[in-house]
Amino acid sequence: MEMNSPIGPNALDAQRIVGKPLDRVDGRLKVTGSARYAYEMQQENTLYGFVVEASIGKGRIVSIDTRAAEKAPGVELVLTHRNAPAQGTGNHRDAHPVLTGPQVTRYGQPVAFVVAESFEQARAAAYLVDVKYDRSNGKYALHSNLDKARVPNPSDAPAADSAVGDFARAFASAPVQLDVTYTTPLQSHAMMEPHATLAMWDGDNLILHTANQMLNQGQQVIATTLKIPVENIRLISPFIGGGFGGKLWVNADAILAAIAARQLKRPVKIALTRQQIFHVTTHRSDTIQRLRLGTDSEGRILAIGHDVFSGNLPSEQTYEGAALQTRTLYAGPNRLTQHRQVPLDIPVASSMRAPGEAVGLMALECAMDELAEKLNLDPIELRVRNEPSEDPEKHIPYSSRHLIPCMQEGARRFGWDKRNPKPGQVRDGRWLVGIGMAAATRGNPLLLSKANVRLDPDGTCIVRMAMTDIGTGTYTILAQIAAEMLGLPMERVKVELGDTIFPQAAGSGGSWGAGSSGSALFEACNALREKLARTAGMDPATARFANGSIASGDQSRKLTDLVGVGMDADGEIRPGRNNKDFSQQSYGAHFAEVGVDEDTGEVRVRRMLGVFTAGRVLNAKTARSQAIGGMVFGVGAALHEEMTLDPRFGYFVNHDLAEYHVPVHADIPDIDAVFLAELDDQSNPLKSKGIGELGICGAGASIANAIYNACGARIRDYPITLDKLLSRLPVRT
Amino acid sequence: MKAFTYQRADSTAQAAAAAVKPGAKIIAGGTNLLDLMKLQVETPSNLVDINRLPLDKIEETPDGGLRIGTLVRNSDLAADPHVRQRYGVLSRALLAGASAQLRNKATTGGNLLQRTRCYYFYDVTKPCNKRSPGSGCAALAGFNRIHAVLGTSEHCIATHPSDMAVAMQALDAKVETVNRQGETKVIPIAEFYRLPGNTPEIETSLKSGEIITAVTLPPPPPGVQLYRKVRDRASYAFALVSVAAIVDTAHGRIRSARLAFGGLAHRPWRVAQAEQGLANTPANTATFNAAADAVLEGARGYVGNDFKIPLTRRTLHSVLAEITRT
Repeated sequence: MEMNSPIGPNALDAQRIVGKPLDRVDGRLKVTGSARYAYEMQQENTLYGFVVEASIGKGRIVSIDTRAAEKAPGVELVLTHRNAPAQGTGNHRDAHPVLTGPQVTRYGQPVAFVVAESFEQARAAAYLVDVKYDRSNGKYALHSNLDKARVPNPSDAPAADSAVGDFARAFASAPVQLDVTYTTPLQSHAMMEPHATLAMWDGDNLILHTANQMLNQGQQVIATTLKIPVENIRLISPFIGGGFGGKLWVNADAILAAIAARQLKRPVKIALTRQQIFHVTTHRSDTIQRLRLGTDSEGRILAIGHDVFSGNLPSEQTYEGAALQTRTLYAGPNRLTQHRQVPLDIPVASSMRAPGEAVGLMALECAMDELAEKLNLDPIELRVRNEPSEDPEKHIPYSSRHLIPCMQEGARRFGWDKRNPKPGQVRDGRWLVGIGMAAATRGNPLLLSKANVRLDPDGTCIVRMAMTDIGTGTYTILAQIAAEMLGLPMERVKVELGDTIFPQAAGSGGSWGAGSSGSALFEACNALREKLARTAGMDPATARFANGSIASGDQSRKLTDLVGVGMDADGEIRPGRNNKDFSQQSYGAHFAEVGVDEDTGEVRVRRMLGVFTAGRVLNAKTARSQAIGGMVFGVGAALHEEMTLDPRFGYFVNHDLAEYHVPVHADIPDIDAVFLAELDDQSNPLKSKGIGELGICGAGASIANAIYNACGARIRDYPITLDKLLSRLPVRT
Repeated sequence: MKAFTYQRADSTAQAAAAAVKPGAKIIAGGTNLLDLMKLQVETPSNLVDINRLPLDKIEETPDGGLRIGTLVRNSDLAADPHVRQRYGVLSRALLAGASAQLRNKATTGGNLLQRTRCYYFYDVTKPCNKRSPGSGCAALAGFNRIHAVLGTSEHCIATHPSDMAVAMQALDAKVETVNRQGETKVIPIAEFYRLPGNTPEIETSLKSGEIITAVTLPPPPPGVQLYRKVRDRASYAFALVSVAAIVDTAHGRIRSARLAFGGLAHRPWRVAQAEQGLANTPANTATFNAAADAVLEGARGYVGNDFKIPLTRRTLHSVLAEITRT
């Protein structure tokens, strides 16, 4: 089905199983360690690979001496650009060629791949590879290369610029003006499972057990890179230990393992080390964001402008879309957004945890807080006054939008009315205490996805698609949809994912996973219901499915009596006119309370609340968990996470989890996430919207705003570490 | 990680004899050494495992102090009733360090000997005088947010990362050692650690083959004990600055004070002048200021860590205000 019209009442509306807070169906496998991840797959005769990374940012390999490594115990192969095969090329979303030549374009670029009988042997030998470089001057730091900025033009993202009305004139003449610049740092995904692959060949056919969020896309990239037909490639990835965008695209682990396995005619396994992940794979660019907001004296926005700089390799067009939400979140007749991309000689910048909104809202939603103070308005009231009646740039309706109820319900639950708008007025011992809020929004994309559902004569229902579950609960919500649609108990439904021999699926990313894959399954179930009804001689439109039976009028038949040797059906969902005719987003409101140590400037979050609307919630428990996880990301983005670039070497200095800080348990206090009832009948047949990334969007800004409320320091340079607060705290002499 | 041989020592003499050989390294908890070996920062050819030696007891000493075997795990030491009752600053410091899993494994002697967390020290492709003498110091003009502001040299600005050692410095601990001849030695902790100077690769006064067998604590001095660790997240982060304080106050006057600092130097930092200056003075902002001046005498930032100087002053104020109120 193509999404071209509103969804009327359908079989999910009963919500007997869908929406319930059921435990994860794969929970037991996970906690008992029996869910097998890519690196845990066992294959006889497997060799182990270890990457040698370039230790310069830009230049040329003058020589590689591999003799010592080749002689080291257990070593079977040392791949370098001298003996690697020719590969297809393209940007990082289309191809991932490795060891292509002596040119070094970025720090951490693989320059050799050592394969040995054991991981330890491969690692030891990797240190024996002697690489000599001719180093050239690279451009590494975003802020010092802004003069080289260009207008990016990626094929798979919105246009870099947008304009409505006359921003410059409207801003200049606005009675109230705010012009502020926020910066966000380089960030790394830091998912738990490292990038890992086990590659094996069967003649001309390649099988990869690999940690990858989008298997069908990955298949394509590998086909282009290795110059082999797509149908010769099978990707298997039933469990993924977190991705956060870092496994959306194919990484060096998959290609290196595939090439080595082909040369050696043996399976080759690789996992990147934690330190390697920071440079060998992708990251999120730092951003420099200028916000200009002009309002009338009542706080109605007359002009809104958002200019963003981010960096990437010269060969890449991808940019950090930090101004995208500014095109649609608030009303205002005069608008301007611009994304500029600065070519830099550092590793590839790509999608990470709500690309765009996550860092864009950390600027926009703090600017709104600043504006509210300027106007002497409550921050929620300012947002209410700028609630648009339609998408202010596209001039199309919202599919559904309940931002104001989220803010109001959140305010009520959080005790927002107790907030003193004057900073620095509340203390608890040596802690200065403040609260802040921010709006949340995230786009709701729909991708082509297919599914197959089968009912066996023993009553087992098997759902199959090349979908992935990166830890979000996809297995569970798909089982709920099938159980609900076919009137079966949950335990009768078996969901099989993560294999490209199954129907093509959207994969996990961009908050599209549940809506796209779930809708495909919904369609497949509808098709199977129709087949079953016809077999039973009933009208598919009125037949009821419950307790393993189909019923119509006073007739009832057991499904197992109808399926013969087994009956299956396919389903498919495609984006359509609705995805152009409606502005589709999920919404929410974040509230945070923080303490700032008045002596040391240490910031600790005390409590957080997120209230969201995202269409139909498919599982109240996994949805809440997902939202809370996003809010934890928000804590990290506001307070901790930063890769520090050393411009002398062009590398990220703190490339391990000891010094790249993410929140630990002790940083995470009482967090709650609440979903308000909503159905979106323009979005997809489930009437759901994406929730994958909604939790992070705006969460960091609510913390920054709470810090300001606590101590009166407005820090526009993330993360807000204590050194930035010290000079703004009460004097101690 | 380079290939290495492994041997298990059955006696301290055997361990010391093995450890004196070139390329040998003692392993106890291994929480730091193994990480460094994986990155080839440490490349021992022989590991001497001392975990089976009977050095894991905590005993009271005749003078009313405590003797802590070198193999006592950090978790056990922090939970020991004597330590909790009489050496609260040590228990608090231990629990402020690392994570529960690491503390379960890490030993007393190993904690004293852990290496710096300087980013450049951890990366063998970068210059580092501590790891590779004469190669230069990448931190001096690099990213040095976690680096030292006191006792630095032009060759090294690394800090010692231990919390435990800071508390032990305040407690005037003594380090007991034995060598392969069976000769024992007692080294006051004040003389145990070295400043980087021209030889940042030499971090302690231990001689080759000399093994730590125990740490002894004299009876605690009078006063309230407190450990404050300032860090970038609530747990599992090294100190930006930490203070171990033992202060005896009566009627608003300080009778005696001991202050040791972590996160500021190549070793736990203690300034006698600051402590003497506080003795017999009223507990007020002026005396706290004078103490901070004395502690920070000669302090020098390297841009990324400039903030540690005001942070130390403010943290000391906070600690002294709290401890003299108690």
